[in-house]
Amino acid sequence: MYRIEEKIIQLLSSMMKSFSGKRLVISIPLIWVLVFFIFPCLILIKISFSESIIAAPPYTSLVDWASGYILQIRLNLGNYMTLFTDDMYIYGFLTSVLIAGASTICCLIIGFPMAYAIARSSEKFRHILLMLVVLPFWTSFLIRVYAWIMLLSPCGFINNMLMKFHFIDAPLQLMNNSYAACIGIIYAYLPFMILPLYSAIEKIDYSLIEAAYDLGSSPIKSFFSIIVPLSAPGIYAGSALVFVPAIGEFVIPELLGGAQTLTIGRLVWNEFFGNMSWPTAASLSIVLLIFVVFPMVISQRRKEIKLLSKD
Amino acid sequence: MRFRFSKFVLFIGYSFLYLPLICIVIYSFNESRFVATWTGFSLKWYKALISDPIILRATFTSLKIACLSATVSIVLGTMAAIIINRFPRFQGKTLFVGAITAPLVMPEVVMGLSMLMLFVGMNKLCGWPDGRGSTTVVIAHITLTLSYVTMIVQARLQDLDRSVEEAALDLGASPTKVFFVITLPMISNAIVLGWLLAFALSLDDVVIASFVAGPGATTLPMIVFSSLRFGISPEINALATILMTVLSIGVIISAVYICRRQKTTNI
Repeated sequence: MYRIEEKIIQLLSSMMKSFSGKRLVISIPLIWVLVFFIFPCLILIKISFSESIIAAPPYTSLVDWASGYILQIRLNLGNYMTLFTDDMYIYGFLTSVLIAGASTICCLIIGFPMAYAIARSSEKFRHILLMLVVLPFWTSFLIRVYAWIMLLSPCGFINNMLMKFHFIDAPLQLMNNSYAACIGIIYAYLPFMILPLYSAIEKIDYSLIEAAYDLGSSPIKSFFSIIVPLSAPGIYAGSALVFVPAIGEFVIPELLGGAQTLTIGRLVWNEFFGNMSWPTAASLSIVLLIFVVFPMVISQRRKEIKLLSKD
Repeated sequence: MRFRFSKFVLFIGYSFLYLPLICIVIYSFNESRFVATWTGFSLKWYKALISDPIILRATFTSLKIACLSATVSIVLGTMAAIIINRFPRFQGKTLFVGAITAPLVMPEVVMGLSMLMLFVGMNKLCGWPDGRGSTTVVIAHITLTLSYVTMIVQARLQDLDRSVEEAALDLGASPTKVFFVITLPMISNAIVLGWLLAFALSLDDVVIASFVAGPGATTLPMIVFSSLRFGISPEINALATILMTVLSIGVIISAVYICRRQKTTNI
């Protein structure tokens, strides 16, 4: 058995040598990332500057050979101009930022006490509790959204229960508004908030809090002056992990938010599948990326400044 | 008093996380066509599900795509992790690291759109890929999952005690042999975990697949998504229950397995 393994390894290593193994290992992932990630991004940028036409593919090319010898490059800024002048897009950006922001804050409010309680529970239960936080993340995302459709829809669970006990006569409109979209996002991304919070809170030395109590500090004051500052890295990390995916979210606003909750993700989808306007969809995506990159850069800067101040 | 409060918080939090899912499971056994009114116990929605050829075919397509993309992604991801962790700086390394981790934060809509535009452009340039189907979905899913897999393997490589590898190199083993005999067994937990995560992500994705899938490659999430647009249906309850059971059993088994192995290797 061992001999066969060794033979295979020898064969592999001789094969690798003839290919110059090092170069091969470097080049395959590099080429993959170049072709399937960097190229698509460049194409996206290119198309965002082109004009929409009725053809296949439905956009004009930027580079033209005019009269044979003159290289013409036409950049069409019209797509970006529409984004910043049309009310629908501005409203879309605002809705996305508001929903993502509100969901992040709610996640923090729900997640912080939970993370704190998990970090303070006994060693034996801690692993099980953490596992239970992560487990829904492994079950399908769509199913978790579906669970809320089932609870909130007009013929869903909550309305049904309320009608059964005669609290209401007609079903309430719980779904198809931005609150439902918020609930969906909170539910889907809560684990991303709890995990970094937990790892930050777990490191806090509990004797600090006891010392504060002994010195006469109230629980609320010691919470805000000790626990919150010490768990700040977790708060920042968790907020970024919720806010960044929430802002580009498509599935949750589409299924729970109804027609009027137009987020950027849904606008991109509609422009592409509904209007067949590739350039508009591309320029919307670029702006969405800027929205996503911005919080990342801020948190990165924070880290750098912190490192500098430590030196 | 304090203890009770934390128990209360945990109770509320976990009810919020699990009650909606438990609702689905209970009502998947409901006999009535109307999802929220309980009329009696029945397995008829499971039967309807099993005899539905569209769902069966989509499940098969999804599993095939998930297996393929997770496997390719773990190979590429391990290579990428080695490049990030073990190779000296080379020109463009920062760009490489950035590009490989970017899909972690890239909105799915943007990723799907850019991949589709790439495939259309490539088709115009060199005739490949001819139309869109499973292949394009697999490529897109590999690119998506590569970032997660690379991060997991990279984190493990960073924690690894390098003296063992250096000792093997000093004793004359070739770098390739060192990788297969020493490094690979040591990072095997991370590889198993990465594969599972890639598999789950691919099985779960609806947005990217909707952009790049052709008519021949309708995946299971795409079918679920289109039926959810029309509201709730008891068949989806049954499907969700099956999926949840299979996935959570898989996750629990692999978690226990990885824990066990970690314990034995530590001793």
